[in-house]
Amino acid sequence: MAIGWYLVVSAMIFCIGAAGVLARRNPLVILLCLELMLNGANLALVAFARMWGGEDGQIFALIVMVVAACEVTVGLGLIVAIYRRRLPIDVDELHELHG
Amino acid sequence: MLFHNILFFIAAIGALSGAIGVVTVRNPFYSVLALVFHLISLAALFLLLRAEFVAAAQVIVYAGAVMVLYVFVVAYVGGGDEPLPAGGAQFKVLGPLFALAVAAELSIAMLGTALKGVKHNGAKYTLGFGTPAHIGNLFLTKYLFPFEVASLLLLVAAVGAVVLARRRRGLEPDVELERQVRVPAPSYTGTMAEAAGTRTAGTMPAPEPGSVPEPVGHGSGGGPPRYEGGW
Repeated sequence: MAIGWYLVVSAMIFCIGAAGVLARRNPLVILLCLELMLNGANLALVAFARMWGGEDGQIFALIVMVVAACEVTVGLGLIVAIYRRRLPIDVDELHELHG
Repeated sequence: MLFHNILFFIAAIGALSGAIGVVTVRNPFYSVLALVFHLISLAALFLLLRAEFVAAAQVIVYAGAVMVLYVFVVAYVGGGDEPLPAGGAQFKVLGPLFALAVAAELSIAMLGTALKGVKHNGAKYTLGFGTPAHIGNLFLTKYLFPFEVASLLLLVAAVGAVVLARRRRGLEPDVELERQVRVPAPSYTGTMAEAAGTRTAGTMPAPEPGSVPEPVGHGSGGGPPRYEGGW
């Protein structure tokens, strides 16, 4: 399978994730769509690593996975804190960050 | 080669349908399940690209650990259906439009690329390409600094999540405190005597204000109840 096909799939996953980040309002789902975007980028990185025959792109993909795990941890902590304070879990209502 | 192509299309369709499911399903719990499906299909694509270790890490770390975290938070927060759009309706239209614009841009970039390798199956690779041995070797030699920075980042994120999500007094409504300082109910309410009808509630004379015992908080000693300060 030509590498271009993998790049097409990765671009489609990225675009679906971007649409979700913009259209959804639940912060949990927005975090999930961010994961989709990161995974699309990961697929492109691994495909380019295969294209060049080097493993450096795979290292980059693993670092991206670490960063995604950190982002999820902090984001879910924020959501739990929002829930504890009985605030609405909706990004349109949480647009002002004064607390 | 044919088998490779069939596997690619199955995995790609799985990944794309999982991604569409994450965005379109209204219940966040089903979104998480769709993302798990998407991640496992993506791990199959990684395997087709000879990235064994990345695929294994994807399944174990992502589809295993991170998604369990998601499921816990969805169960804790409640994860009800999203209400219908009230204010942000313009983003319902603008979001997909923006995604279409990005898709058109990316496809132009891919169609007009000068990279010759995109049209081939990839370069020749050495034996053991993408195995844990090779990746670990690279992480401990050439990419030692990013590896250490990643571990530090994980530590910071773990501490930050604990600080963000812990229980803070004074910021959130304190149900326990309200229960403690409530004025005591009249005598004989909530007793067997009231339930049996032998004595109706409130027949006892209400105690005078001075004789009502002060609600005492937990811990020894009187004085105002002390609260754990938040920082």
